[in-house]
Amino acid sequence: MQTSVGQPTASAIIFFCIFVATTLLITYWAAKRTKTTTEYYAAARSVTGFQNGLALSGDYMSAASFLGISGLVALSGYDGMIYATGWLVGWPVLLFLVAEPLRNMGKYTFADVLAYRLRQRPVRIASAIGGILTLIFYAIAQMVGAGNLIKLMFGLPFELAVMIVGVVMLAYVLFGGMIATTWVQIIKACLLLGGVTVLMIMALAQFNFSPSELYSAVAAQYGQSSLEPGGLITSPVDAVSLGLALMLGLLGLPHILMRFYTVPDAKEARKSIVYATGFIGYFYIIIPIVGFAASVLVGRDVIKAIDKGGNMAAPLLAELLGGTPFLGFIAAVAFATILAVVAGLTLAGASTLSHDIYVHVVKGGKAGEREQMTVARVATFIFGITAILLGILFKGQNVAFMVGLVFAIACSANFPALLLSIVWKKFTTAGATASILVGAILAVVLIFLSPTVWVDILKNPKAIFPLKNPAIFSMTAAFIVAIVVSYLFPEKESEEKFDEGKVRTYLAIGSE
Amino acid sequence: MSTPIKNIEKMPEFKELVTRRWTVATILTVLVFITYYGFVLVVGLSKATLAQKIGVVTTLGIPVAIAVIVISFFLTLYYVIWANSRYDSLALSILNKARSK
Repeated sequence: MQTSVGQPTASAIIFFCIFVATTLLITYWAAKRTKTTTEYYAAARSVTGFQNGLALSGDYMSAASFLGISGLVALSGYDGMIYATGWLVGWPVLLFLVAEPLRNMGKYTFADVLAYRLRQRPVRIASAIGGILTLIFYAIAQMVGAGNLIKLMFGLPFELAVMIVGVVMLAYVLFGGMIATTWVQIIKACLLLGGVTVLMIMALAQFNFSPSELYSAVAAQYGQSSLEPGGLITSPVDAVSLGLALMLGLLGLPHILMRFYTVPDAKEARKSIVYATGFIGYFYIIIPIVGFAASVLVGRDVIKAIDKGGNMAAPLLAELLGGTPFLGFIAAVAFATILAVVAGLTLAGASTLSHDIYVHVVKGGKAGEREQMTVARVATFIFGITAILLGILFKGQNVAFMVGLVFAIACSANFPALLLSIVWKKFTTAGATASILVGAILAVVLIFLSPTVWVDILKNPKAIFPLKNPAIFSMTAAFIVAIVVSYLFPEKESEEKFDEGKVRTYLAIGSE
Repeated sequence: MSTPIKNIEKMPEFKELVTRRWTVATILTVLVFITYYGFVLVVGLSKATLAQKIGVVTTLGIPVAIAVIVISFFLTLYYVIWANSRYDSLALSILNKARSK
């Protein structure tokens, strides 16, 4: 098939420019409303549950979900559906275990929840380590993905693509803070959900709107095995470990957790998760249809010829069904997707550096509003530039493992400490600090010794650590360390504050 | 707020509220775990189960994967309906009682 994938088409450029112009206008509007730290980090807590539901979806549905999962389904069939379910199941658990207490206890970052009852300095430093590691690896994966995708779709040089993403994203976050970032996420979520819906309807129209006709065509071309579980899951332990990382890693992603501070109260926080689960669930139900349709209509060989990983399956299908203008639209949506996710990561990184480290560790909690705002913007700049530079540095590297690493660190370092500080009275500063560090170190070290890096990237014959994702091991270790160290070094003050804090946790008295 | 916080914390109604919240949350979390890890383990241990045909070519695995997502959504919805009606009204009555003391 003749394709203009890989060339900067007029329609792609027009759609992209409309998106950037609109979002920069919103940033200008938001900048006038961003004068205090509550506005900068938490959009003045004025976001509604519905808006936050969309914004959470925007933060979570990355290019990996859209292009990656449709590509995986296109090339390996049913296995892509198994993978998609893992991306959704964290949301209910986030609601049941963490979201409301987090909203009531904290102010801007998840470390606020730990620092409420534990000693500020050690727990803020430890959670900043866990948080920054999660965010920076995620940002590198996104940046490298952005560079590659934009090169594939528009033919722009890698470095230029990374710089465009970096500069536009910094404009949103520096000037418009959380208000601008939230609206960028909302617009992006609507574009992505709308674009994929149209693509799915156009694809199904080719099969008389009958999914079973689509499946028959898949089976006729690639065999019945495309509709059966294949090689994705080989050992059950491996599968459960990856599942744990995807599910509980969500509960330790700082940029997701930060969103709950943008709504006025716990009631809106819980509502926002229902909306988010609905939108994201719908997305993961329809994206396999796009993938299956691409394998039949575009063909696996054509998809693989353009990108081995299958990332261009959805854009190629869009071009086939809607011509160059629709391809342009879908390409612009993919670009917007990356831009929005990186903006969310940068704001979360900035809040960790400035609110947790500068204000509470360096200044002992005593910093004026003006000073905090300046530091917040400097931190945004530092995090953003670091992400751009690392993105360029990792050019040409295989960074697919980094998303797995991000979720492994999030569920091993951030999640156990956050959960225990909400539910366990005897949790202590020493326990939290040790748990976060052990979780983070184990997640990083084990993933390097795992088949994902040790064999696939470093080309060693056999992995030292057998599992592809270490979550089942590193998260369990983090919980055990937290409990053992807390019993070894009890902390009376933490227990007292836990009881005091209950009224705030469950009745929102004293919440910000 | 002028409400005496220390008193609320010791009220049996408040303790009951906290216990209830976590009972509901734990049950729902267990249900999500059963749904998802059950699915993953069936994939890992018995691929043939999900490869069974339920239509001309459609396999059982397809509706099951969709069901995992739909069930997750409805558990979330159930919690929010419960929290909006039961939890919030219990919390409000505790606050009113504490204020009227």
